[in-house]
Amino acid sequence: MEAGGASAQRNRLATAGARATTEAMLRDQPRGDVIRNTIFAGLLLLAVLIALAGLTALLIQAFVRGSSALSLDLITNPPSTAFPEKAGYRPAIIGSLQLIAGVILFVVPVGVGAAIYLEEYADNSRWWNRLVEINIQNLAAVPSIIYGILGLAFIVRGPLDLGFILVAGSLTLALLVLPMVIIASREALRAVPDSIRQGSLALGATQWQTIRRQVLPASIPGIATGVILAVSRALGETAPLLLVGATVFVTFDPTPFGDDGYSAMPVQIFNYALRPQDEFQTLAFAGVILMLVVLLAMNSFAIWLRNRYEQRW
Amino acid sequence: MAQDETRPEAARETREAAAERAAIAVRPEFRSNAAAGFEDKVFEMRGIDVRYSGVAAVKGISMDVGHKEVTALIGPSGCGKSTLLRCLNRMNDLIPNAEVEGELLYHGEDLYGPKVDPVQVRKLIGMVFQKPNPFPKSIYDNIAFGPRILGRKDGLDETVEKALRRAALWDEVKDRLKNNAFGLSGGQQQRLCIARCIAVEPDVILMDEPCSALDPISTGKIEDLMIELKKEFSIVIVTHNMQQAARVSDRTAFLMVELDAEEHNRWGRLVEYDVTEKIFTNPADKRTEDYVSGKVG
Repeated sequence: MEAGGASAQRNRLATAGARATTEAMLRDQPRGDVIRNTIFAGLLLLAVLIALAGLTALLIQAFVRGSSALSLDLITNPPSTAFPEKAGYRPAIIGSLQLIAGVILFVVPVGVGAAIYLEEYADNSRWWNRLVEINIQNLAAVPSIIYGILGLAFIVRGPLDLGFILVAGSLTLALLVLPMVIIASREALRAVPDSIRQGSLALGATQWQTIRRQVLPASIPGIATGVILAVSRALGETAPLLLVGATVFVTFDPTPFGDDGYSAMPVQIFNYALRPQDEFQTLAFAGVILMLVVLLAMNSFAIWLRNRYEQRW
Repeated sequence: MAQDETRPEAARETREAAAERAAIAVRPEFRSNAAAGFEDKVFEMRGIDVRYSGVAAVKGISMDVGHKEVTALIGPSGCGKSTLLRCLNRMNDLIPNAEVEGELLYHGEDLYGPKVDPVQVRKLIGMVFQKPNPFPKSIYDNIAFGPRILGRKDGLDETVEKALRRAALWDEVKDRLKNNAFGLSGGQQQRLCIARCIAVEPDVILMDEPCSALDPISTGKIEDLMIELKKEFSIVIVTHNMQQAARVSDRTAFLMVELDAEEHNRWGRLVEYDVTEKIFTNPADKRTEDYVSGKVG
């Protein structure tokens, strides 16, 4: 009896001791770990805040200084030096719309075509195909002013010799965003699993039928997203346009082939912002709001499109 | 005719051997065509070598495949079963640097002849893959895709219904033909892929481990389906599952991995090819016996 009681007592003690040790191990987080964790999380949060602060400052600045000029006149009226309070962006808006329409017309067939060739037909074990691939990546990083010079030398003058017309501006912007479209389209095509291609080919479909009816439809959401993002980039570009004929002050509605000048939104904002008068400054900020709204809408649409229609394999 | 007389006898012998060994359950009703001789041959392979970038994958395969029979290819991983299967509808052409050598006759016609178009080959010799690969489209469009690329526009509804009925899927999907095929279960997706394949009325259906991604019930359905389909089509199936080969096939080919002297390179070699019952009950080669009895592999 006595021996049994002692052993039970020992057992209880041992259990209690083990439990205390476990609790201690579970509870005691080393102080250093806690501090390091907090510091790191804080630094990451700071990075987010800096990024957000820039955007917020831009938005507040634009709204505070530009909102007084927000009216329908802004869209419907042409620029005017005599009546800055009535001046607007009408020719620039029409110019920008035509520019991006031209960009889309050029960049979709060429960009998607190039992507299909590189992704579906090119043999990547050949050095020249790899060279093309590296070059496309590089082209996406070339500064836009370089494209402006290219447009001036080859499209406005040189081989194409189109003159300073809106279509020349469109082509220049299209060349600028072409690598973006090719890269995005290639990624969209690559996301289609090979099993789909094999399934189609095994049914006796040709390679073109497989691409046209299976691979391309499945990758359209990704391609469309890439095109929208590329177009929104083109919409915001100023530098190359200044070299290929975008005139800073246009009071009439531009046409695609008219050789008396055209304008675009960012170019017009640039022009207003350079003028010392307060009215023009306000107009410039109102233009910034307009562009931000349009770009935000386009980019949100691109994200929505991707989330809504992207195929999950 | 002489062949016909010897056939029942051979079948009886092997069936007795099966009863004696009682190793693997064989369902004799599936064995209608099984016999030593071939009534009609779909494929005749003579010394087939396949190399990927110069490295041999299979070497010296010679075997015939019977018309309206189920032929199973079994063997351990890496023995070249799938490689061999993909020669039969020229899917190996899609792999860069793949070379196929040797003679491969399809109904007496050289499948790798200079004037043969692989696209036309694949219309006659369909394929079902290991993982179900429905197209990201409706059930209807999945089935109609094959007939459409063949240029058929009329009677698509009937073609779709017929294909789905033959694949034993019609009753499960008839009310949701417009729904996306991705909403089907894995087993249904695989039967959809079989239906998609038979909608183009091929002559041969190649199946590359069609049940390896499926549960036992779906597997059973597909096995029943294969037995049904062999009335109309010749079927070649690659499988890891020996019971499956025993259950559904008329003939079985056993392939093994062979190593060179330095054990650097490995390739597949055909060890034994015979009537399925013979392979599973009384194989001629010791290696086959070890494999089917589970001693190796």
